[in-house]
Amino acid sequence: METVWFVALAAMITAYVVLDGFDLGAGALHLWLARPGEERERVTEAIGPVWNGNEVWLIAGGGVLFLAFPRAYAGAFSGLYFGLILVLWLLIGRGLALELRHQLDNPLWRSACDAVFGLSSLALAVVFGIALGNVVRGVPLNAEGYFHLPLFDILNWYALLVGLFGLVVLATHGALLLALRARGEVRERAARGARRLWWAEALLAAGLIWPTLSVRPDMLDRLVDHPWTLVFPLLALTGLVAILVFGRRGQALRAFAASAAFIAGLLATMAAGLYPDILPAREGDPNGLTIDNAAAGSHGLEVAIVWWSIGMLLAVAYFVHAYRLFFTPASER
Amino acid sequence: LTGSAPGLVIVEMSSEETVDRLQFTLTVTYHYLFPVLTMGLALFIAYFKTVSYAGREGHRFRPLRKTAAERATAESVSRFWTKILAVNFAFGVVTGVPLEFQFGTNWAQFSNFAGGVIGQTLAMEGTFAFFLESVFLGVLLFGAARVSPRVHWLAAVAVFVGAWLSGWFIIATNAWMQHPVGYTADAHGRVQLDSLGDLLTNPWLPWQYLHNMGGAALTGAFVLAALGAFYLLSDRNHAFARSCLRVGVVAALALSIWMIFPTGDRQAHNVFEHQPATFASMEGLFETERGAPLVIVGNPNTRERTLESTIEMPRLLSFLTSRNWTSRVRGLNDIPERRWPDSVPLVYYAYHIMVGLGTIFLVIAGLGAFLLWRGRLYGSRPMLWALLLAFPFTYIANIAGWTTAEVGRQPWVVYGLLRTEHGISPPESVPSGTTLFTLLGFGGLYVLASILFVLFIVRIVARGPEPARAPARAPA
Repeated sequence: METVWFVALAAMITAYVVLDGFDLGAGALHLWLARPGEERERVTEAIGPVWNGNEVWLIAGGGVLFLAFPRAYAGAFSGLYFGLILVLWLLIGRGLALELRHQLDNPLWRSACDAVFGLSSLALAVVFGIALGNVVRGVPLNAEGYFHLPLFDILNWYALLVGLFGLVVLATHGALLLALRARGEVRERAARGARRLWWAEALLAAGLIWPTLSVRPDMLDRLVDHPWTLVFPLLALTGLVAILVFGRRGQALRAFAASAAFIAGLLATMAAGLYPDILPAREGDPNGLTIDNAAAGSHGLEVAIVWWSIGMLLAVAYFVHAYRLFFTPASER
Repeated sequence: LTGSAPGLVIVEMSSEETVDRLQFTLTVTYHYLFPVLTMGLALFIAYFKTVSYAGREGHRFRPLRKTAAERATAESVSRFWTKILAVNFAFGVVTGVPLEFQFGTNWAQFSNFAGGVIGQTLAMEGTFAFFLESVFLGVLLFGAARVSPRVHWLAAVAVFVGAWLSGWFIIATNAWMQHPVGYTADAHGRVQLDSLGDLLTNPWLPWQYLHNMGGAALTGAFVLAALGAFYLLSDRNHAFARSCLRVGVVAALALSIWMIFPTGDRQAHNVFEHQPATFASMEGLFETERGAPLVIVGNPNTRERTLESTIEMPRLLSFLTSRNWTSRVRGLNDIPERRWPDSVPLVYYAYHIMVGLGTIFLVIAGLGAFLLWRGRLYGSRPMLWALLLAFPFTYIANIAGWTTAEVGRQPWVVYGLLRTEHGISPPESVPSGTTLFTLLGFGGLYVLASILFVLFIVRIVARGPEPARAPARAPA
């Protein structure tokens, strides 16, 4: 049952990164890809109806972590205190900038909102990467399952590298979305931008393999122990190549889907490589939080899987409905 | 709590607990200003949208028997309030996310202790309410031109259902913290779910939910009436304003009564039964008494353990709690100080402010409804002024009610199971200076957010509703 919830949690985080990832990426890039005024308007319009729903995956994912692994929730959130409060402030600024932008028809106000939206999107992509990097690297947990990382220890070289990678991956994802959804020059610039960003993405992906295995050597063993999990790195690799292939052919929808597959493959590889750890200690330290010692009581987990499954089916149904409504190709409108 | 001089209560709180509590007080109080209106408005928007979509002349159901002109006004009213709802909802979302996060960042030991139980209701909120609400709000706001009138109406109803479901899961969580049920203790001293049925049928839950949602709807009703009054006083948007006033005043009267009886009465009875120290603090009752009076006005003095300058109704408190004029009500002197709320005066004043305001709302709404019935409401400037000025106080009443519930529960974060000082994040993991910094940050951010909120709401109100137009026809 703990394993089922580990998979559920990984799936929700993946859904969050794939969905909110494109509006974070588009937000981070639009300061460069779109000129102030009309063009930027189009970018925020494209994500206006859906960004809020996308962000719910983060909240619902947090809820599932709290529900299934309260000890990991408590340890990770208190230990990464500064990072998480920073995420909150960025989410507040970003949400307000997006929602209030069109309330006032004044070029200065709109530029200010665009800047807040763009920079907070960019910072969020980096901060999420840094948080993920710290989880993979492991944190100095004590016997009670808590830790304290001063700010400059949160910003260690490995986590910073993952943060940079997160930014590039989400920027590419966002550029591919704009290449699909935007019109005119923005679309062309986004497609060109995505092709350039792809090289950085591929370079960083390759460059991160060795550091990851050096901070967490058992990751490879855990994948090899369950050979079927090797489909995840394979999925990531296929996705990465497919972005390039479809991007060059100008098949925007497929390129975007390939990017989604790349992200899903990466996150699944990470999850499978950490399993059964959920919040690992530093390499060689015995206090790591695993799905067993961090899980809630088994009765609660069994009951919750029933209503959670129903809730997820409903949520997916709403999303399919909303995306069919708002994401009909721009040219058909 | 330690009593160092006779009757003198000194609260000793670690600096970590102090800043954690201040930060949560700030963020949760500020947050609730938005959902209270979202939940209230969602109800009225769904109502107006239903009138617009399903109303016709000669409808069998009388509330939906509407002329084309009335339906056009209802459509214009629902569209206008949807604009306010959109801004309000956005502020509710961005200020709501910090609450869930803070359970982990600032209340890690509480999360670790109680996550096995309240993780259920909090995760249900995200799963069942937030997805529904956020997706259909998108349809309601952006979809008017893309979807059929039926789907647009359904979206309004879905936003209402989502908002009220969200409230239900939060109240279920809070009800468990007030009155824990359906749990067992595990080997590590934490609580785990024993029965989801018991958690969701907590006897504390129904009345707290109905009382709380009544408060949200009452806020919505007074806001509706206030805008109607504002437009009539400014001599503009007459049809729109009358529609808002009519619905607002009638709903405000019904809800003012609902807040006092049955929901307020039953909720107070729950507190009386299960949280004696809280109840005694709310009423400012130090001495245990038979035939205890109901205090209308008075100032609690915890040093002397008396209530000063009182105006009271003899024996009424005993009657209200037990339907018996001479029954016994336990006072604070018979409860160990370690179990007193750490600020008795705050609980006392918050409760009395709520009840006092509730009484005033009943009078205003009653007068307004009377004038409406006599056909004189729209021309009565003093009444319109009273309705316009009343709405901010509904926010104060809601916050005062929550203050009573939350400060009244102290010194427990989970009543009887976990003291608040044991619920904070371990100080070695989150030092108090760190929290102080983020508390200041939230303060600054929220001051800025408040300015923007007021600015944009004032703009929307100044522009006023779009002229009424014929709504799309519902299938006859």
